[in-house]
Amino acid sequence: MTQHPEERRLSGDEVLRVEHMTMRFGGLIAINDLSFSAKRGEITALIGPNGAGKTTVFNCVTGFYKPTMGRILMRRSNGEEFNLERMSDFEINRDAKVSRTFQNIRLFTGLTVLENLLVAQHNALMKSSGFTVLGLLGWRPYKDAAKEAIEKARYWLEMINLVHRADDPAGDLPYGEQRRLEIARAMCTGPEFLCLDEPAAGLNPRESLELNTLLRSIREKHDVSLLLIEHDMSVVMQISDHVVVLEYGAKISDGTPKHVQNDPRVIAAYLGVEDDEVDEVLEEIEEVAEEVSHEHEAGQPTGDAR
Amino acid sequence: MTAAAQPPRIPSDDRLKWALREALFAGLISFGMFVLYVGLETTQNIRNQLVLNQRWGLLAILVAIAVVGRFLIVYFIGPWFAARKAAKAAKTEVPTQSLLRRNIGWIALLALLVFPMAMVWLVGPQKSLKWVDNYGVQILIYVMLAWGLNIVVGLAGLLDLGYVAFYAVGAYSYALLSLYFGLSFWTLLPLAGILAAFWGIILGFPVLRLRGDYLAVVTLAFGEIIRLVLINWTDVTQGTFGVSGVPKASIFGIWSFEVGADNNFAKAFGLRQSSAYYKIFLFYVILAMCAVTAVVTIRLRNMPIGRAWEALREDEIACRSLGINTVTTKLTAFSIGAMFGGFAGAFFAARQGFISPESFTFHESAIILAVVVLGGMGSLFGIAVAAIVMIGGTELLREMHFLKTIFGPDFTPELYRMLIFGLAMVIVMVLKPRGLVSVRNPTAFLHERKAVSSAFTKEGHG
Ligand SMILES: Nc1ncnc2c1ncn2[C@@H]1O[C@H](COP(=O)(O)OP(=O)(O)OP(=O)(O)O)[C@@H](O)[C@H]1O
Ligand SMILES: [Mg+2]
Repeated sequence: MTQHPEERRLSGDEVLRVEHMTMRFGGLIAINDLSFSAKRGEITALIGPNGAGKTTVFNCVTGFYKPTMGRILMRRSNGEEFNLERMSDFEINRDAKVSRTFQNIRLFTGLTVLENLLVAQHNALMKSSGFTVLGLLGWRPYKDAAKEAIEKARYWLEMINLVHRADDPAGDLPYGEQRRLEIARAMCTGPEFLCLDEPAAGLNPRESLELNTLLRSIREKHDVSLLLIEHDMSVVMQISDHVVVLEYGAKISDGTPKHVQNDPRVIAAYLGVEDDEVDEVLEEIEEVAEEVSHEHEAGQPTGDAR
Repeated sequence: MTAAAQPPRIPSDDRLKWALREALFAGLISFGMFVLYVGLETTQNIRNQLVLNQRWGLLAILVAIAVVGRFLIVYFIGPWFAARKAAKAAKTEVPTQSLLRRNIGWIALLALLVFPMAMVWLVGPQKSLKWVDNYGVQILIYVMLAWGLNIVVGLAGLLDLGYVAFYAVGAYSYALLSLYFGLSFWTLLPLAGILAAFWGIILGFPVLRLRGDYLAVVTLAFGEIIRLVLINWTDVTQGTFGVSGVPKASIFGIWSFEVGADNNFAKAFGLRQSSAYYKIFLFYVILAMCAVTAVVTIRLRNMPIGRAWEALREDEIACRSLGINTVTTKLTAFSIGAMFGGFAGAFFAARQGFISPESFTFHESAIILAVVVLGGMGSLFGIAVAAIVMIGGTELLREMHFLKTIFGPDFTPELYRMLIFGLAMVIVMVLKPRGLVSVRNPTAFLHERKAVSSAFTKEGHG
């Protein structure tokens, strides 16, 4: 199927589109011909069993891996479009305004909480310091910008309830607070698209609830679209608008949380099938799936069946 | 080793037994190690025959030192440290810094400003030379070099084993350009820094993609390459003969220190000819250069670029996820560090009047790096103290003539420099694994400035 360049452009409400992305590590195919898109202002969840390739998708989207094949398009709110697979990781954050967190938290443990948030504003501050030269000479506008940066950091510290820990080393925070801080740090880069890799991992139920509120307010107040990897189904069901399910690097379901929750393939792949029953269940489900698809074909053709 | 593993609370009777056993083992081990090295010595006699000297006395002394030392460590020092550690852990409140400690920088600066004058006043111009030049200037050169390297290693976490290359670039830039083109110290000083920074960038581009051990090895090789070029490019650098007759620095071109010059400083002021004036002048020049280095480093650290360096040391991948161009960030650290090395090099050439590739061996890089590590990576104060201890210490060794009465007339204490260096390194690393100053001062704060314990900071991986 050939497409004209204009047709490749994202529609206005799409913020990210992944097309036919494949990622190989030597002989291992971590992602196989994956396509999906995320809508502006929505929370898109990427779920799947361990080793399904979710983090790999993130690493491709944020430039830490180069996909073996396929395209990743990102559209900013001002209409600018980027081919993320051609950009390097720091450009993706700086220019395309995609920000991310890591599955195993990567804070600057020896810097204070506040400094972590200031490092995130590096590019803006570099510019206002005249690439250090003017700042060294004590240029006024830089001093103001530095103060503003601290205020922005303070704002995010308030959002994550960490103002009282501002001057402590980030490595000294408990796990849940480190996770929140990493999100705040990602937000301090001023992203339009935020990728969170298992933000609720290791949180207790109360913290998990707080996280939901935080993510909602990020989306609503800051006009940021989110892509999140999550294992905790309650989080996924509560806050996501759209769910993409991966298994063995391929997409097995894509739709609203409700749709995905009732998709037999997802149930088989993801929601608690004992190891020794897998084959049985798979057979059953295939039968069911076939029936379902026959019904679909018999009935009206649906646009987004897969 | 075993001392640390042993719990602090043991009945003292048992501890005595245990200490004695440890001492016995130490004695056996040291006897085994030293018997062939120290106990027996081979020399040639006048007829070129190999003779075997037996030195049982010396061997006995060494073994005795090991036995007694081990006993003391296990029986007294070990428990004492454990108790101190426990006491430290018990009290958690941060001690408020005293007036003296808060203003230590200013006090040190004041002391340094009066130091040469005080020396002249105390021991006279001619004798003051030793103190001002051998101690003052020598130490300050290393302070400046170590502060320069600190930007690369301590802040950005890039292990650079070839830092002396930039020192050499600075020194040769000044020596050659002043000899061939007759440019003055004050025009060449910035130029030497710029050239060194330029070489820093040239080297940095290919090298900074490497990380950790690879970076260390390649920078080491670069240091050697520069030295080999200096040795082999004889047309320009005169190879191993070195460049001699490097012009002295002048007081901004107004007064000169060249002996024959009309505007000679001593002549102009009607003083007796002495090289002391030049050394005192040099002392103030290097002091000013150190001050500039410190101010620039402190300011840079508080700027976005400095914070990015430290963030780079902590986690490079996280930096890139925040949109920081790590290549240019590393390059700035590398080239600014190199620039200070270049300044120091130009100064070194003006001070020595003679430079040769001999002065820029790996040994030099190792000393500078040792000073940075001992001082506590990132801490200017700690590094300055480490430089004073290490460089001043080796100079002091020359003075210790009384050691000859103990070890015999052909004992030259300077030769044991490296041994003592190593010992100091081991001691500091055992007692303070993160260097003399092992806390990090945050660059910004919201409520109050709290020092960050080095337990949280990282050393960097590239
Ligand atoms: N850099 C790499 N080199 C080789 N194989 C890799 C690499 N990164 C990921 N993989 C492999 O790709 C597959 C997908 O890994 P990935 O980390 O994306 O899974 P995931 O869905 O994030 O799993 P989890 O839920 O455990 O985080 C795994 O088999 C993994 O071993
Ligand atoms: Mg993962």
